[in-house]
Amino acid sequence: MRTALCLSIIVLSTTGGEVAVSHAMKQVRELGNFDLRSVLDFLRQALRETWFWVGIGLLAVGFFAMLAILSWQDVSFVIPATALGYVSGALASKLILGERLPPRRWAGIVLVSVGVALVSLS
Amino acid sequence: MRLAVGSERRTYVLLVLMVLAASSGNVLLGKGMKQAGGVTVWSPAGVTTLFVKAFANSCVWLGIGCLLLFLVSFMVVLSWADYSFVMPASSSSYVVTALMGHWLLGEIVTPARWAGVVSICLGVVLVTGTSFNTRMGSPIRE
Repeated sequence: MRTALCLSIIVLSTTGGEVAVSHAMKQVRELGNFDLRSVLDFLRQALRETWFWVGIGLLAVGFFAMLAILSWQDVSFVIPATALGYVSGALASKLILGERLPPRRWAGIVLVSVGVALVSLS
Repeated sequence: MRLAVGSERRTYVLLVLMVLAASSGNVLLGKGMKQAGGVTVWSPAGVTTLFVKAFANSCVWLGIGCLLLFLVSFMVVLSWADYSFVMPASSSSYVVTALMGHWLLGEIVTPARWAGVVSICLGVVLVTGTSFNTRMGSPIRE
């Protein structure tokens, strides 16, 4: 029971956090060069985005839930099981971020989910 | 260091960096938390004790460092690529994590888990065959 609850918290907060960070990053000018100054400028712009901090807050919740569950479950069970977030992430990217998901990408996400189910049931 | 590379190439370079950083970070956290001990009493004091022990562990800090590297790579790649591309494409980290858990932490990976690993790999291959940006009409593939 505590494992299921903790996994739910991890999946939902991580998906919400990543969608929020993704939205924030699209507002920041794309990083063209990977020199230190450009990376620091990029990070400075990112840190000014409100949605970035919303995302970081949600990711932090997921992170602490992850720390807790790793204290009693194997990492090779926990990490693949949290990949259930791929399904919620795909839906969120289409409905919230307005991305177009071609059939091949949906097929890939389904295969990833099947893989997650296999890993979690064993 | 100045690396002016093409959009497709830099996307894949960052994806590889994300996968390696996430896998290493998770394995290090797993090792560190096992060393810190499991949660036996779900009281505020018990949980606080666990986190105090965890943050005194070097593996936990190394794991956090790796996950920070993952976060920065994730942020950079998301500035031009779709979330629905980056998210499944980076799932190779689950495969690498399972292998690291098996080889470094001595965890058992059953045949069904191996089958899951293969399915995840096939899914990643399909996803990476699509355009990494569907919002701006990327000319790469499609």
